[in-house]
Amino acid sequence: MISFILNDTTIETLQPAGMTLLDFIRYEKRLVGTKIGCREGDCGACTILLGELVDGQMQYLSMTSCITPLINVHGKHVVSIEGINGSDLTPVQQAIVDESGSQCGFCTVGFVVSLTGECLSRKISSYDDVVGAVDGNICRCTGYKSIERACNNIHSHLKEKDISNPIPWCSKNKIVPDYFNRIVERIEHIKPLPQSIGAVTIGGGTDLLVQKHDDVYESSIQGLFGKKGSIGIKVSEGKCSIGAITSVSELMESEEMIGMFPNLFNHMKLVASTPIRNSGTIGGNLVNASPIGDLTAFFLALNSSILIQNNNGDQRDLFLKDFYRGYKTYDLAVDEHLIKIQFDMPRENTHFNFEKVSKRTYLDIASVNSAMSIILSGMIISDIHISAGGVAPIPKYLAKTRAFLLGKILNEKTILAAIDIMQDEIAPISDARGTESYKRLLLRQLFWAHFLELFPEKFELITLKSVAQ
Amino acid sequence: MKNIDSNSHVKGTSIYLDDIPVRAGTLYALAYDSSCAHARIKKVDYSTAENYPGVIKIITHKDIPGQNQIGGIFPDEPLLAENDIHFWGMPIALIIAESEYIARKAKKLIKIEVEELPVITDPREAREKGHLIFPPRTFQMGNMDSAWDQCEYILEGRADSNGQEHLYIETQGAYAFPMENGSIRISSSTQGPTAVQKTVARVLGIPMHKIEVDVTRLGGGFGGKEDQATAWAVMVALAAQILNRPVKYAVHRMDDMRMTGKRHPYSSDYKIGLSKDLKIQAYEVTFHQNAGAAADLSPAVMERTLYHATNTYFVPNVKATAYCCKTNLPPNTAFRGFGGPQGMFVIESAIQKAANHIGIKTRDIQAANLLKEKDEFPYGQIVKKCEATNAWYATLEKYNIKELEEEIDSFNKNNVNSKKGLAIMPICFGISFTNTPMNNARALVHIYQDGSVGISTGGVEMGQGLNTKMVQVAMHELSLSSDRIKIETTNTTRVANTSPSAASATADLNGKALEIACAKLRERLLECASNYLNIDLVELNLKDQVLYHNDTKTDLSWDQLVTIALADRVCLTENGHYATPLINFDKSIEKGHPFAYHVYGTAIIAVTLDCIRGRYEFDYVKLVHDFGLSMNYAVDIGQIEGGLVQGIGWMTMEELLYNDNGKLLSNALSTYKIPDIYSVPKIVDIESLNSEGHELAIRKSKAVGEPPLMYGIGAYFAIQNAIKAFNSNYKNSFDAPFTPEKVLMALYS
Ligand SMILES: Cc1cc2nc3c(=O)[nH]c(=O)nc-3n(C[C@H](O)[C@H](O)[C@H](O)COP(=O)(O)OP(=O)(O)OC[C@H]3O[C@@H](n4cnc5c(N)ncnc54)[C@H](O)[C@@H]3O)c2cc1C
Ligand code: FES
Ligand code: FES
Repeated sequence: MISFILNDTTIETLQPAGMTLLDFIRYEKRLVGTKIGCREGDCGACTILLGELVDGQMQYLSMTSCITPLINVHGKHVVSIEGINGSDLTPVQQAIVDESGSQCGFCTVGFVVSLTGECLSRKISSYDDVVGAVDGNICRCTGYKSIERACNNIHSHLKEKDISNPIPWCSKNKIVPDYFNRIVERIEHIKPLPQSIGAVTIGGGTDLLVQKHDDVYESSIQGLFGKKGSIGIKVSEGKCSIGAITSVSELMESEEMIGMFPNLFNHMKLVASTPIRNSGTIGGNLVNASPIGDLTAFFLALNSSILIQNNNGDQRDLFLKDFYRGYKTYDLAVDEHLIKIQFDMPRENTHFNFEKVSKRTYLDIASVNSAMSIILSGMIISDIHISAGGVAPIPKYLAKTRAFLLGKILNEKTILAAIDIMQDEIAPISDARGTESYKRLLLRQLFWAHFLELFPEKFELITLKSVAQ
Repeated sequence: MKNIDSNSHVKGTSIYLDDIPVRAGTLYALAYDSSCAHARIKKVDYSTAENYPGVIKIITHKDIPGQNQIGGIFPDEPLLAENDIHFWGMPIALIIAESEYIARKAKKLIKIEVEELPVITDPREAREKGHLIFPPRTFQMGNMDSAWDQCEYILEGRADSNGQEHLYIETQGAYAFPMENGSIRISSSTQGPTAVQKTVARVLGIPMHKIEVDVTRLGGGFGGKEDQATAWAVMVALAAQILNRPVKYAVHRMDDMRMTGKRHPYSSDYKIGLSKDLKIQAYEVTFHQNAGAAADLSPAVMERTLYHATNTYFVPNVKATAYCCKTNLPPNTAFRGFGGPQGMFVIESAIQKAANHIGIKTRDIQAANLLKEKDEFPYGQIVKKCEATNAWYATLEKYNIKELEEEIDSFNKNNVNSKKGLAIMPICFGISFTNTPMNNARALVHIYQDGSVGISTGGVEMGQGLNTKMVQVAMHELSLSSDRIKIETTNTTRVANTSPSAASATADLNGKALEIACAKLRERLLECASNYLNIDLVELNLKDQVLYHNDTKTDLSWDQLVTIALADRVCLTENGHYATPLINFDKSIEKGHPFAYHVYGTAIIAVTLDCIRGRYEFDYVKLVHDFGLSMNYAVDIGQIEGGLVQGIGWMTMEELLYNDNGKLLSNALSTYKIPDIYSVPKIVDIESLNSEGHELAIRKSKAVGEPPLMYGIGAYFAIQNAIKAFNSNYKNSFDAPFTPEKVLMALYS
């Protein structure tokens, strides 16, 4: 039986583990403040907060309930707008009203919930953070300027936030009702679900529930999300290992990762939106095998390996680049799971960059993405790994381009020659994300961008202008 | 005054279609639609689906008691396909089941055999093959034959603009309840309750008075629920009639995107001629409107394209022809701007092309041709209370265009990897339904015994702030505070025979009707007071809910006046009817005075291009807009900001993609992108033009729904100018939207 706290009420339900939280909230519980705009995580109208006990405190994250399976909220606190409302408007609600940030109102609840989540976070909230909290909320009416003004207004409230105890602070300031202070003790009473084996493995569900909503509803579920042990980032002996169930947000905020990849925030900001990053896992991204998976591209360029385990506990290792076989097919048996991903920590002379271009810069799937890590000894390329997404049936590890570049001197001429090899190595097709010729041009640009970003003194954009495509 | 709905919006207690408490016994509808764009149906096998547990009935065209016809302007659109399929996503049958889930399951079990026929998605091909919805129309002024001789520069070209998905965040939907004696009550997410009522009556074969349509509010409409909300309402009504059970249909996003029409794509040819002093002497344009598979509102949309073919410029010799081309796309429909933006895009393209050819600034041509008082529009209306020049110079001076241009030039000199571009977009938009008979509205006002007031109009609230403005009108006329006034749902039994909430005219029409109703009640209350106090009527007045005698407060409050009136057996209910005066149009000569007034404004828009990756960001939009005397600045600013961003979306990232078989590829929010919070201009400065407003606008507050969308057109030209700063080989082409793909290809062309 799945059990959780919904707003101020403890729920025990026999509904299927794969039912969406949205359907449960709206149609089982008739809490209709949570809206439906797309059922694919792309509009934020259905945003809820999911609270989890972390180090003795509740930690709240926004998620899109339309693609959150019930199993993933077991033992947690689910907050919908009805659980935020008090007798007066909260400061978040008041800010939206004052700045006219709501027109038709259909998106509004999602904004209120996302912003309330930001208020509850255990960190300082800059203006950019407050705006960032609604990066997964789409509004068709306002043009967002009024919402930006509301964010500014909320940001000024949050200057006083007590970041070590945000929940009492928020309840004192009427951002959330008082009952939030008593959730910890109630949550502790909910027992974890027994380990189950099911036909469908779910991480965050952000891919599965978009693609196979009804199948998941009907299937037995093996939930992984939030399972301790497979989460987290560890570094030791020059290696970094990341649990497959680590969410993209956890990765993005990890101090170890930021230490290794100073631009990580900017790179990860290009992946989905806050609520999707809060639920989507690294393992899900890799096993999804989408040719345009951003984390896949990221980790391919680190020449990562993955650890796979079956239900008997047998483990095996393989390079991520050898995992993919063909379009959405990969080397994984039905009873096998991804446990973790590992890569060699970047060294002093390792340079890394990630690039992604999509129709809309944020919250969009790449037309083409690419990552590169390069190790130089002097000006000689002593090692290099390059990935490219959106240009082949699988997330592409550019083996031939690498082979060509190894041992060469890093300069414009070498890279121009490498571009020709790269173009032979890829096979993009025309689709909704771009024509073949665009994807070829774009990959060339992104490949060049790696060098422009990493070695600005050696590379110029102008050079490309004179080269025929 | 803030939007009166905003408190319930932020609390999530506002009620939309899918939030209506479900009645016991409710069934769920799901359309079974075609998976090809043009075909003859040979056989459909429903047997397995019908037997799926929980399926109540599968309704086909054979079950329709009335006419299988939902076309609003022309009867050319069946509700459910009979023998032929004309677009991908055309409804063929209606599955009625105990749950949505069951209906979805059953849908997969339906088998169909078809004979596929050639598919046309290109309007030019449709025209060549003679597939027109109705004959072409031409607006003409001056003498084209001699005009070209006066021109120093003549340029020709082609301009294309793609369609646009409305993407109201609330999808389409309706919920029908059978009532006694064969009547049906329908809750519908529609901009046009009367259109729903009328069409349901036609399909169900029952009189209109048996159908009640009720609308609380929409989660966005933008024109997409003007005509296209009807089909879903008819479906549930039909099922409710046949099964005598409540039936609900809240359309899934992907079904909505696949099955509904959008803003019309246009493909146009222009020829523009300018004299040496940069006056546009002649403009000839041919529009190919991609209407899709049925008329829907296309003829009216096309008409507005012709009206706005010359935007805010005076051109003495004009010939504008438009073809309404029938293709195998879902019937395209109204979308904020209603064909106007498509027309304006072409003339702005022509001007940009001419300016580049001559080697001058685009704004030199724009400025030389702005409309002036007493000029004539190609459709015969004389320009009055013209603000075109005022808006233009107000913008350029207020924001110091020279300085802005210098900033851009110096940025471009100093940066290699990114470039900036700037464009100016002046607009002129006519207010009224172009179909003159539609310009009328009614309102119903009750004063209740406790002095509280209920108002109903024919207008539908969909985020544009209509209800707020209506409450303001009543407050003003009756001297009441907002808490004394309740705006009711829009309901065909209270206000009948209404025009849809569209054409930016809803507040004007319904507000004026409401003003009339309120004024009558006010007058009547004052008469009561006059009798009661024995004071001459002209000396009495209402202010802040109190009766005034000349300028002195009396002892009589509003509530007491109401009590006195009731004791006198005075009627405290009133109707207002308003029909816009002056307007007319004679289609036989294509001349007349179709618009009550025009709205003007000018925007400057600047963009920064990332020339490595082809991405772009808008630095600012700075504009001066002709609000008239805005009656609610907060609401109106919201319309400007929202419209502007929607226009920029249309010109940049919003890309509708159909394959050659007529299948929509950009069929979900993951593939059809609309602006998010990071894609809007960093700065949007809005100033109000100092203008006196117009007496045909409600309280002189000019209509504001559609015009600002067209400021977004400037985005296209700003990008183009930035590309030129990077790539001098770039040849102008006019093919919106300017997606990052097209930008990158242009940077390296
Ligand atoms: C709105 C939206 C935007 C998105 N934007 C992006 C984007 O910008 N970039 C991007 O790369 N992706 C994007 N995605 C896709 C998706 O969110 C990510 O790929 C995410 O990382 C998937 O993780 P998950 O845990 O949610 O996967 P799930 O849906 O839970 O699982 C995906 C697949 O992996 C399997 N699986 C999951 N975990 C394991 C495991 N440990 N072992 C074995 N199998 C496993 C599942 O069975 C399933 O087949 C987006 C998705 C949405 C809805
Ligand atoms: S409904 Fe759009 S994100 Fe969930
Ligand atoms: S207010 Fe309508 S979608 Fe945001």
